[in-house]
Amino acid sequence: MSKPGPVGERAKSTPLLSRLFSGLFSLVMNTLGLILEPLQNRIGVQRMAYIFLLPNLLIFGIFVLFPMALNFYYAFTTGTALFPQDRTFSGAQNYQLLFDCDNFLDPNSCNEDRFWRAVFNTFTFVIFQVGGMVLFSLVTALVLNRKIRARGFFRSVYFYPVLLSPVVVALLWKWILQRDGVLNALLVALGGERIVFLLDARWAMFWAIFITIWAHMGFYTLILLAGLQAIPKELYDAGSIDGAGDWQAFRNITMPLLMPSMLVVLVLGLIRAVQTFDEVFVLTGGGPGTATQLIVQYIYTTGFASQIQRFGLAASASVVLGIALLIFTLIQLRLGRSSEAV
Amino acid sequence: MNRKFSATIKLLPLLALLLSSLAFAQVELRITWYNDGNEGEVLRDLLDRFEADNPDIKVVVDTVPYSSGILETLPVQLAAGEGPDIARVTDLGGLSKFYLDMQPLVSDPDYWESNFGSFLNWLRPEGSSAIPGFMTQLTVTGPFINKTLFDQAGIAVPEGDTTWEEWAAVTRQVAEATGTPFAMAMDRSGHRVAGPAISQGALFFDDDGNPIVTDEGFRRMMQLMADWHADGTMIPDTWLASGGGYAGANAEFNNGQIVFYMSGSWQIGQFTAQIGDTFDWVAVPNPCGPAACTGMPGGAALVAIAETEHPEEVVRVMEYLSSEEVLAEFYGRTLFIPGHLGLAAKGIDFDTDQRLASDALSAFSSQVPKLDPLSFKLQGYVFNRVVFNVARDRLTQAMVGEIDLDEAIERMQVDIEEQIAEASQ
Amino acid sequence: MSTVTKFLTRTRGRRRLHVTDVLTYAYLLFGVLLMFGPVVWLALSSFKTQAALVEFPPSFLPFSQQTAPVEGFDKPLPLYDVTMEDGSVVRLAQVRRIGLEAQLVDPAAPGEIIKVHADQRQEVRSIQFAWRNYTEPLEQFNFLTYLRNSVVVTVTATLITLIINSMAAFALSKYEFKGRNTIFIIIISTLMIPISVILVPVFLVIAKIGWVNNLWGVIIPGAATPTGVFLLRQYMLTLPDELLASARIDGASEWRIYWQIVLPLAAPALAVLAIFSVMWRWNDFLWPLIVLSRTELFTLQVGLNAFQGELQIQWHFVLAMTVLTLLPITFVFAFLQRYITTGIATTGIK
Repeated sequence: MSKPGPVGERAKSTPLLSRLFSGLFSLVMNTLGLILEPLQNRIGVQRMAYIFLLPNLLIFGIFVLFPMALNFYYAFTTGTALFPQDRTFSGAQNYQLLFDCDNFLDPNSCNEDRFWRAVFNTFTFVIFQVGGMVLFSLVTALVLNRKIRARGFFRSVYFYPVLLSPVVVALLWKWILQRDGVLNALLVALGGERIVFLLDARWAMFWAIFITIWAHMGFYTLILLAGLQAIPKELYDAGSIDGAGDWQAFRNITMPLLMPSMLVVLVLGLIRAVQTFDEVFVLTGGGPGTATQLIVQYIYTTGFASQIQRFGLAASASVVLGIALLIFTLIQLRLGRSSEAV
Repeated sequence: MNRKFSATIKLLPLLALLLSSLAFAQVELRITWYNDGNEGEVLRDLLDRFEADNPDIKVVVDTVPYSSGILETLPVQLAAGEGPDIARVTDLGGLSKFYLDMQPLVSDPDYWESNFGSFLNWLRPEGSSAIPGFMTQLTVTGPFINKTLFDQAGIAVPEGDTTWEEWAAVTRQVAEATGTPFAMAMDRSGHRVAGPAISQGALFFDDDGNPIVTDEGFRRMMQLMADWHADGTMIPDTWLASGGGYAGANAEFNNGQIVFYMSGSWQIGQFTAQIGDTFDWVAVPNPCGPAACTGMPGGAALVAIAETEHPEEVVRVMEYLSSEEVLAEFYGRTLFIPGHLGLAAKGIDFDTDQRLASDALSAFSSQVPKLDPLSFKLQGYVFNRVVFNVARDRLTQAMVGEIDLDEAIERMQVDIEEQIAEASQ
Repeated sequence: MSTVTKFLTRTRGRRRLHVTDVLTYAYLLFGVLLMFGPVVWLALSSFKTQAALVEFPPSFLPFSQQTAPVEGFDKPLPLYDVTMEDGSVVRLAQVRRIGLEAQLVDPAAPGEIIKVHADQRQEVRSIQFAWRNYTEPLEQFNFLTYLRNSVVVTVTATLITLIINSMAAFALSKYEFKGRNTIFIIIISTLMIPISVILVPVFLVIAKIGWVNNLWGVIIPGAATPTGVFLLRQYMLTLPDELLASARIDGASEWRIYWQIVLPLAAPALAVLAIFSVMWRWNDFLWPLIVLSRTELFTLQVGLNAFQGELQIQWHFVLAMTVLTLLPITFVFAFLQRYITTGIATTGIK
């Protein structure tokens, strides 16, 4: 089960280990069947759906939904006590703190200026990161879709960084970008000047966006590549008979048919981008100043990584983030539904 | 051969039984620990000897990364009642509610009082006489210089009381004469700035004992830091190119790109390994301001945790580790400045054959008595990390121009008050 | 312009090498450099000595200064090429350096001390792999225990995730029941909440259950991944309902339909989820660190991060240990890359 491959088909052609594995799998599943089949007779076919949902929902409820509810409660309390019953109820005080602004477009006028800086930084980051990611994944997918040698190899090359942990990705690049790093050595060797990349707000944001694209684009490239390969070749032949130019073919055939895959890439990419934390935190620490501090980092440092762990304030910020994301998701689901007509 | 083998086989269950009965009687204690250098190895060595003499106790050392492990996770684990028996901590006062008071259990409370006296106050809740632990090391902040650069420039190293401004001027000259890119560097840490700030006359506490950063002296130091970053005296990488938390300038200093590096005694081991003999690095006395010439004391403590199920065994381990003989070896092998008054007076036989290292160690040791009393008070203040971190982050914002210095200081004060208010809910 | 459009629309190259083909290969080779380069650089750096790591400009290969044993000195002395007054270059061993003056000896004739200006010396360097960066931490820590814990967590968690997620996805895609859409939307909306935001409440739950310092505390909380449910449900939606209907007519139980029909058919999607799960679990750092505080339970990511101190990071160890955690996943990838990449490609998540 942990390895890819249909259990039934492979068993015939593959050696002992695999057969042993599928044998074991059938044994376990059959045993479970001994319990579940009588159950089905009792409750009926349709209600079996609840049985299938049960384990996932149980774990989900206990370890995701319940903590979220707890977090929601935290948002209305203050103090540093860990257990909910020890905390002081403070009503909407945390929200008041967060939204105490003279002008919402100017973080300096806000009480929690760092929260609003993080909000604006996250906007910038998400727009450019997702834009860049889609662009580079698309170009790479188009390139890989051409008739090239060793496509499998190149595909893997682009995918490899996806396997690295965020911390490793950031360490790797921090190591390369530092003043005495290899990139500066290259610049100097080419006759340039050293640049301390993470010293400048715009460079820091650029690299934050760059490394996250670097680390994740392989995955999106594969999705787009699959989308490209699903486009029937005949369409292009038909197009060229009609005298359509290459550019027109791209615009009128490739892009529309690739749209569903693009939408997946866009949605998943957006989710990832908004949640970005470790990579940028390890790379820039949110600096210089607060130029690359993102919203999840604000929540993490406020609630966890300070001497006084302000669980309440952090929780209220995460509730704000959650509501924003929810609205966002609903819009996307609506959009996705209308374009896909599911 | 075969017979021997089968005999062994027969003996095995017996052996297992013996071992398990031994294990049964054994108490296992856990120490949560972090490493800056080789101290973990030395501790293990010392504990191995302890275990050999005390077969009923087994001590396991759980080494975790410092910031995510000790600073962030440990407090949550302690608050949830899931902590270890003993821990090495740096938030000395902040965690005091979790410490075990060993006072009634130790055989010789006077030994602890007389040798760890002033440091025990850092660990205690105010007004208490508890004995929660001892200092694994004392650290002293202070500057290092690249003396070889001075030699090359033909400029004499300032001696006697020298102000911060004078140091800045002379190191700029040295940098210019030798083509060194930067005159000075300072660790990105509120703790590092605090000493110089006290020298400039910062008060840190108002008359009621509440933290304050809006006074004249503190502002003077903030202004100096901002100016040195604006005019290129200080290397910008350390403070500006890192957000988040602490950052050092080791790499740049080691590469000879900095003349003067304000850091602290803990660097000695690392400098020995990395710089070696490439240039002469020398620890110099803390520069002066109108009010004092001080750095900050600091350090980490090994503390017993109140939740432990085996307080007596914990005390035995702590008594062993804190004994003069064991500590002398520990400090000597780790190149830590002793946090034991008796040993500090006697002097430690540091285990290094590097002339530069031993010079620096004695330079820092001799700084300890010269530290300003306010620096000790600040180090012992429960919420000192709040003050340090807020000052560090807001000052950085002012340096990069997100806010001006006056607003930064105003916001520091607000941040500090808000956080402390939250903590006292 | 037309080259560019050709490049964009080309689905198959021609036989002769066209200019767009050149562009393609240039792009791909640059990609190889960009994607692998940093990792190779990391691996090479991990073999450098502490001193060599902070050098500028950094050398590509791990160079360090040569030393030679010299009679009359306990430790080997560092070697230098010294330019003498007369312009000749001699290889000498340095005894000490004071300020700008260096004192050296000829290793062949250690009796006489030669004093020169420090600028006249040039280090003698050669390639030396600092295996110490690897061996020292490994002696100190129980690497095999960490490895075992990581493998146990990764494998168990992945198996559990695959089973419960696929069951839930099966229910959500192939049954009509009350609350189906609500449940699905709730699951999907949590897709957007990063776990780092609810660390503390989840820890409280774990503490109440008594799973602190228990590998289950690491395995279970993340097992019900919304991503997995989403991915598998979308895939299962594409499986024809007629298959299920005919199986039911043949008298197969729902459970049997699930594991004998739907699971094998969903294999590509399962493979993708398996890869992601393995990746997430293997790389997970913060959560295991919070739940586990005992050495014997540490996973690789937690255990090998012990070199980050308060005041200094022992980079030479950090880099070496990072390489070590990368190795297993790189190997697995190298062997399975074909399945992995085609798996994702054929899922074509819709």
